[in-house]
Amino acid sequence: MTVKAWLEMAIHDAERRGLPELKPLLEALAKATSALRTAEWNADATGEFASDPDPGSPAPTNGR
Amino acid sequence: MAAEPQTISELSRALKARQTTSESVVDGCLQRIGERNPTLNAFITVFEHDAREQARAADREIAAGRYRGPLHGVPISLKDLFDVRGAATTAASHVRQGHVADRDAAAVTALRHAGAVIVGKTNLHEFAFGTTNEDSAFGPARHPLDPSRSPGGSSGGSAAAVADGMCFASMGTDTGGSIRIPAAACGVVGLKPTCGELSTEGVVPLSPTLDHIGPICRSVADAAIIYGTLRGERPAESPSESPTLRLAIPRHYFLAALDPQVAAGFETACERLRESGATLTDVVIPHAGDIVAIYLHIVLPEAAAYHAKTLERRPEDYTKNVRIRLEMGRYILGEDYARALGGRELIKREIDAALEGVDGLFLPALAIPAPKIGVPTVRIGGAEEPVRNVMLRSTQAFNISGHPAIALPCGTTSEGLPIGAQIVGAFGDTAGLLRVASRVEAALAAPVAATEIYRGPGRSR
Repeated sequence: MTVKAWLEMAIHDAERRGLPELKPLLEALAKATSALRTAEWNADATGEFASDPDPGSPAPTNGR
Repeated sequence: MAAEPQTISELSRALKARQTTSESVVDGCLQRIGERNPTLNAFITVFEHDAREQARAADREIAAGRYRGPLHGVPISLKDLFDVRGAATTAASHVRQGHVADRDAAAVTALRHAGAVIVGKTNLHEFAFGTTNEDSAFGPARHPLDPSRSPGGSSGGSAAAVADGMCFASMGTDTGGSIRIPAAACGVVGLKPTCGELSTEGVVPLSPTLDHIGPICRSVADAAIIYGTLRGERPAESPSESPTLRLAIPRHYFLAALDPQVAAGFETACERLRESGATLTDVVIPHAGDIVAIYLHIVLPEAAAYHAKTLERRPEDYTKNVRIRLEMGRYILGEDYARALGGRELIKREIDAALEGVDGLFLPALAIPAPKIGVPTVRIGGAEEPVRNVMLRSTQAFNISGHPAIALPCGTTSEGLPIGAQIVGAFGDTAGLLRVASRVEAALAAPVAATEIYRGPGRSR
């Protein structure tokens, strides 16, 4: 699941559960998730490191 | 007339020599709690009757020559996450209403065995999930020097109680900095040992793989006494201690966003260490910029797992902010948790590498002075940042990595608010960290952290 798809799903679910105040926190978390996924130390199944950015990810702003 | 004992080291000497009694010291602490707790809200529960009984029993044993060691007869408090048999462990939450612990936490058993007198249980950020202590079912704990400010958190009641003379030490917990942050904010010493060294059995968890327990007290020697007691051993003397203290400063990331007064206070401390003969070099932890993302993707789902059932059944029993933060963790994907665990190993290796050839890392413990209660953001490094993020920035890395770390006072702001430094030691060598910290404490000439605040039982400030 892309970060973009995850964020849409999470916000939708939070609103359905009557927790709209979660939205800004989930948006901030999505940035951290993007940072985590695009960190150069992540290995992938090809045996390579330095994954490409997740399509549609929010730009990481995690002090990087 | 001899000065009132300020530290456990001083008090234990006086108790052993029968120059004072545990009963009189405990009485002084209970009096102080009675006077100051209505303002500071540091204690949730006070064991007045039991504490007096324990103190009298300690005095009888000492008089009979059955001295148990340096904690015998010493008044200590517990963050209200530690189980005490027959008492509620509230976790500062309505969720725990009606709870009564059926046994003591492992650490409490060890403290009782050492003869410590448990005076009560201290306030905290609800379920330890915050850095300010504002979100508590019992209302916020407040800073001893300025009650309009937070004492830090989540072990804020513990730090306030120690700094204000309500007890000589307090046991806290630390998942992202919750011992070191309030210790720095209140001008006392806070030790987070190496991950896994001290049992968390009988302690309400926040994030089981990041949780640590440790003491908040008034000197490094006192931290060593409590750590040694809980480990069941005396810290060994190191035969290979370097004659010159060698410290490395991870400026990149860790010193990049500091309050100007904290930055100045820390640099003054560095200068004092150099004058004392220490060598200070700079070091880089290459992926420090990933620490926040790694931390969030571990702490949030682990906390959510523990709280999932009560979030469904009794969501209204949580404070609003803590509930929302816990709910966030329920959305994190398993693959991202797994990535964070991989990042955790990387950060540990990089901190191991940064410690090669030095006695410890030296950095601020808290990027800002104690914040005003109710202020959600702070301007730092040219940007407006959430207070919580800023307060965790200096400490959470060492919960991820598990390295032992200690906060100790290193100066004050122009308003007299404490500034804290932090030393990080080699993984598994908490005793070595304590020896280094003792040398740093001596060089900074701040052996009794609380003296600016606390002048002894019954004395006015």
